[in-house]
Amino acid sequence: MFMENKASDGEQPRVGVYVCYCGMNIASKVDVEALRQFAEKLPNVVVSRTYKFMCSDPGQELIAQDIKEQKLNRIVVASCSPLLHDATFRKACAKAGLNPFYFTMANIREQVSWVTANSAAATKKAKALVAAAVARVAMHEALEKKRVPVHADVMVVGAGISGIHAALLLANAGKKVYLVEREPSIGGHMGQLDKTFPTLDCSACILTPKMSEVKNHPNITLWTLSDVQEVSGFSGNFKVKVKRNPRFVKLELCVACGQCVEACVFKEGRVPDEYNIGLSKHKPIYMPFPQATPASVLIDPNACLKLSRGKCASKCVEACDRAAIDFEQKVEYSEVEVGAIILATGYQLFDATKMPEYGYGKYPNVYTMIELERLVNAAGPTQGEIVMRDGRKPKRVGIIHCVGSRDKRHHPYCSGVCCMVSLKMAHLMRERIDAEVFNFYIDMRTTLKGYEEFYDRVLHDGVNFVRGRVAEVTDWAMTPGEEGKLVIRVEDTLIGVVRRIPVDMVVLATAMEAHDDADDVRRKFNISCSKEGWFLERHPKLAPVSTFSDGIFLAGVCQGPKDIPESVAQAGAAAAEALSLVDKGFVEIEPNSAWIDADTCSGCKTCIPLCPYHAISRDEQKKVAVVNEALCKGCGTCVGACPSGSAQQKLFTDQQLHQEIEGVLNYV
Amino acid sequence: MSSLQIQVRIKHQEELDPDFANSIAALPGGENLSRCIQCGTCSSTCPVSLYMDYTPRRIIAMTRAGFKQEVLASNTIWLCASCYECTVDCPREIKVTDIMYALKRRAMEEKVYPKRFPTPVLAKEFFKSVLKTGRSNEGLTVTWMILKTAPLNMLKQMGLGLKLLLRGRMALGVEKMEGDPTQIRRLMEQVEVEEKKTH
Amino acid sequence: MRYLYYPGCSLKGTGKAYDESLVAVFDKLGMDAKELPGWNCCGATAYMSVDETKAFALAARNLALAEQENGSDPIHLIAPCAACYLVLNKVQKYMAEYGHLREVIANSLKAVGLNYHGTVKVRHPLDVFVNDIGLDKIKAAVSHPLKGLKVASYYGCQVVRPYAEFDDQYNPQTMDQLMNALGADAVDWPLKTRCCGGTLTGTVEEAGLRMSYILLKEASKRGANIMATACPLCQFNLECYQGKMRGTFGDSIDLPVAFFTQIMGRAFGLEAKRIGLQRLFVPVKAAPAMA
Ligand SMILES: Cc1cc2nc3c(=O)[nH]c(=O)nc-3n(C[C@H](O)[C@H](O)[C@H](O)COP(=O)(O)OP(=O)(O)OC[C@H]3O[C@@H](n4cnc5c(N)ncnc54)[C@H](O)[C@@H]3O)c2cc1C
Ligand code: SF4
Ligand code: SF4
Ligand code: SF4
Ligand code: SF4
Repeated sequence: MFMENKASDGEQPRVGVYVCYCGMNIASKVDVEALRQFAEKLPNVVVSRTYKFMCSDPGQELIAQDIKEQKLNRIVVASCSPLLHDATFRKACAKAGLNPFYFTMANIREQVSWVTANSAAATKKAKALVAAAVARVAMHEALEKKRVPVHADVMVVGAGISGIHAALLLANAGKKVYLVEREPSIGGHMGQLDKTFPTLDCSACILTPKMSEVKNHPNITLWTLSDVQEVSGFSGNFKVKVKRNPRFVKLELCVACGQCVEACVFKEGRVPDEYNIGLSKHKPIYMPFPQATPASVLIDPNACLKLSRGKCASKCVEACDRAAIDFEQKVEYSEVEVGAIILATGYQLFDATKMPEYGYGKYPNVYTMIELERLVNAAGPTQGEIVMRDGRKPKRVGIIHCVGSRDKRHHPYCSGVCCMVSLKMAHLMRERIDAEVFNFYIDMRTTLKGYEEFYDRVLHDGVNFVRGRVAEVTDWAMTPGEEGKLVIRVEDTLIGVVRRIPVDMVVLATAMEAHDDADDVRRKFNISCSKEGWFLERHPKLAPVSTFSDGIFLAGVCQGPKDIPESVAQAGAAAAEALSLVDKGFVEIEPNSAWIDADTCSGCKTCIPLCPYHAISRDEQKKVAVVNEALCKGCGTCVGACPSGSAQQKLFTDQQLHQEIEGVLNYV
Repeated sequence: MSSLQIQVRIKHQEELDPDFANSIAALPGGENLSRCIQCGTCSSTCPVSLYMDYTPRRIIAMTRAGFKQEVLASNTIWLCASCYECTVDCPREIKVTDIMYALKRRAMEEKVYPKRFPTPVLAKEFFKSVLKTGRSNEGLTVTWMILKTAPLNMLKQMGLGLKLLLRGRMALGVEKMEGDPTQIRRLMEQVEVEEKKTH
Repeated sequence: MRYLYYPGCSLKGTGKAYDESLVAVFDKLGMDAKELPGWNCCGATAYMSVDETKAFALAARNLALAEQENGSDPIHLIAPCAACYLVLNKVQKYMAEYGHLREVIANSLKAVGLNYHGTVKVRHPLDVFVNDIGLDKIKAAVSHPLKGLKVASYYGCQVVRPYAEFDDQYNPQTMDQLMNALGADAVDWPLKTRCCGGTLTGTVEEAGLRMSYILLKEASKRGANIMATACPLCQFNLECYQGKMRGTFGDSIDLPVAFFTQIMGRAFGLEAKRIGLQRLFVPVKAAPAMA
């Protein structure tokens, strides 16, 4: 049986137990009434109640009232995950005048009712957890949350539309923003698009003003060609080290006149142009694209003769009358302190050569959608004229949806935007070159505002829609009409026959995917990734732009596929979250830090290198280890490692844990 | 007078077999049956779908929905050449080829395959030959099959057979495995015993 | 590496030339791969449609026999017939994946005094030639480079699908590389892995004939003067029915179709009889360097 234990503070514990139905979430599996009766008989329990929704105001009121009337000094709520409502109930305790840390939760939803098939087993398990919580809470101590001042500056990593938007909002609110972009220009994917659905406004026209606003904003420090190297510290007080690669052109002097590019000893471009997805080539010295921001040329050190081989007439230097070219520029490192970080690193596109059945890379007239965006763009490689790699103009175009998406062999998820992108392109191909267009889709996903209407418009444009996933694209002709064409083989599933459709051009709507380096990046920022590599939000509904690391927020596609309106909305949310953190001026820290009992610590230093947050140091005078509470995250590594048991952790004292374990074991 | 041919095409829920889908999904390779998104990749990649009364995609849908009669009587399952295109191309990793095999076996169990259709006969002949000799004897089996399904074809196929004989590509005698062929029979019998045990 | 050779039923019948040429080529390359003693039918396609578990048990018996020959290294069992290659691989995979199946088969084998622990590796000769022996050694063995021979390498279905890991499923290359190493030109064509019709040629002739015809026609169109196959059934369909195709489709299809091992044998200067050239319906003599 249970020990009649005295509370940690010497008082007799008077425990109140509150069992939540959570609507049917818990009550459909756990016999909550039996659980209540069971709890009532546990040692120290004074009251035990059930309620439909403990987290509701009346539920909380119930606790507060009992604290006052029944003189309760310990509270246990058996309901959902503490992640969700720990804070709610602690507040309820505090309101009634009880130290909020005299409270604990038993999770009988996520850990019981949602994962246990059998009702009797679920009730049994719930009883064990409640018994454990009741035993543990007696050992709880009164604790105070600590306040730590925060740094008011914010860093935004990635300057696509999401990063740009978030940075501008924060800067406009008066915060100093460091915007870190690894490419030579900001803009991200949106900078490569021609028109944007569903309203068909020109992408550059709506993006460029925001880009120049970034450049000119007094509160924004823009670092392009830059990468975050290291992040340390914690919410409100991060230290970030940024690596800044040389551009070999002095930003403050270059006016992007292009004289140097003209003068370069290479008369033709030789490096596949990333901005045009390799559809054109640029010289060693180049302007990324006309509206590039910052508006400056740069030199590719691998292609430039001077930088790679040390020998060149360097006509560029001669041509530049502002003496902006500087071959001596070196990598620089900057270290800054910020209170919050927003990650807006976006996405990359699925490599279409991974699906050889579609012939990308084999047949020149098979394109990816982003290539087509460049091809139709007036600033693109063909000045907007739609000619294919073989010089012909397509008369019939086949657009294949879901390439690499919704496919267990590649990405199981739906990329969300490509149906609309495919519709947009179908429309443009009708409008610009009057081509006959076939869209091959599995399901048409046009769910947001104005999207279905856009689909309707494209249907009316005379685009042919075939519901079926294309099996293959070949140059294998079976009929005279197929000679010299790319033949698409597909089942028209609505008609129920297989069709062979010869086209001139095939366009692949490739999936959005997480960056190859997403895992490295997430490690740097100490956040998690989903299975697919997208950065993981703290809660899919209620904390969609927060992460499990306080002070680090997410914006845009790096969190999962989305289009521009959703990216911008999310960037706004992330900016607001960051603002509410840094504007407050301080953060409260959970008092779960570790401490070292100086009387027993032998000074062996075992714990020091193990602490992932570098929070432990050695007091050389007393020859013992000491924990810096501001840095300690309460991970417990040192507590487990200390050979003499001197490392202890608040909220997880040995006593508390032993009681908890005993609570379970006694019942089982 | 109208010569328009009409037919009632409605399907009542009672006419469907509610257990059909589960019985197929329970077999090795059938596990993902319920995950089909009806994309049609299997149909379009299938080299034989041009002859099928229902494309492979429709067979999957009908199996899932319990259209047992139609599925088992379809020519689709017998036309399937087991080329595994559908299986490797399906974006949902549905082993369509295995499902086609399962449906063939089911049709044979329930004796609903098309009359005089050679494939089931051929399959059974192979089966017998292996049971007896440990090997399948193509020549003999095919001859048997032709005799059983379309004796008139025998004459047509004679030329081919003769040519094969002359080039030593068809033995008149019976190819037998080394060792004790009764081991095969015992093995097969044991499989039956074991299967009963686990059911 | 220790090899055993599993010919399968077809290589003792219609595909005899495959058997003969493979053994001759192994011999020439100094490969030791004796025939698996006591082997039985693999259970192949037709059997699968009568009783799958029995088919698997048949296949597993062969693997168990091969495993008995294990020395310090596991046995690599060479299965040239596409259907055998598939079934032997499939039973390996399925025994690992489906516990119920594994149990039934293991118990059944036990009843006839056999055991299988899953150690045998099933290999296709294409894989062995290119990845174990290597193209250099093969090049070195060529005495009669096949100049002017334009080969459409035809892999068929089941060699590359769904289990082969040694080559690309959509655009396999091993046979093409092999042909190039022999001094021939591998023709690039899109139907390398499209089904020849399999047993349909015998059962639903119209369908089967058309499927084979499509392949021959496209190969000819791409300039091939010979087709190389890696499966006895493909070879049979593609070659022996050409007369019938001419009648049915009114097309003058006339393309020699040989086993890739016969073509290798030719390049190695092996005697025509040893590699079964006389067994072909469409004489290969017409093709350059094959006479
Ligand atoms: C072909 C195509 C057409 C589209 N058309 C439309 C349309 O018409 N309408 C619409 O609403 N949406 C459209 N979209 C979707 C749109 O592109 C995205 O919603 C949007 O660009 C997302 O912006 P983002 O800032 O989140 O990501 P991105 O645009 O990918 O920006 C991320 C930025 O972060 C930088 N970065 C990445 N990693 C790091 C790092 N480690 N350190 C520093 N910087 C880093 C990148 O260089 C990039 O500049 C289209 C997408 C495609 C593929
Ligand atoms: S140094 Fe030479 S190669 Fe380099 S950018 Fe100048 S002119 Fe071009
Ligand atoms: S949005 Fe459309 S095209 Fe893109 S993956 Fe989803 S269904 Fe496929
Ligand atoms: S390919 Fe797969 S998902 Fe698509 S219809 Fe066929 S079985 Fe269903
Ligand atoms: S395995 Fe059968 S159904 Fe599948 S593609 Fe091949 S012939 Fe068609």
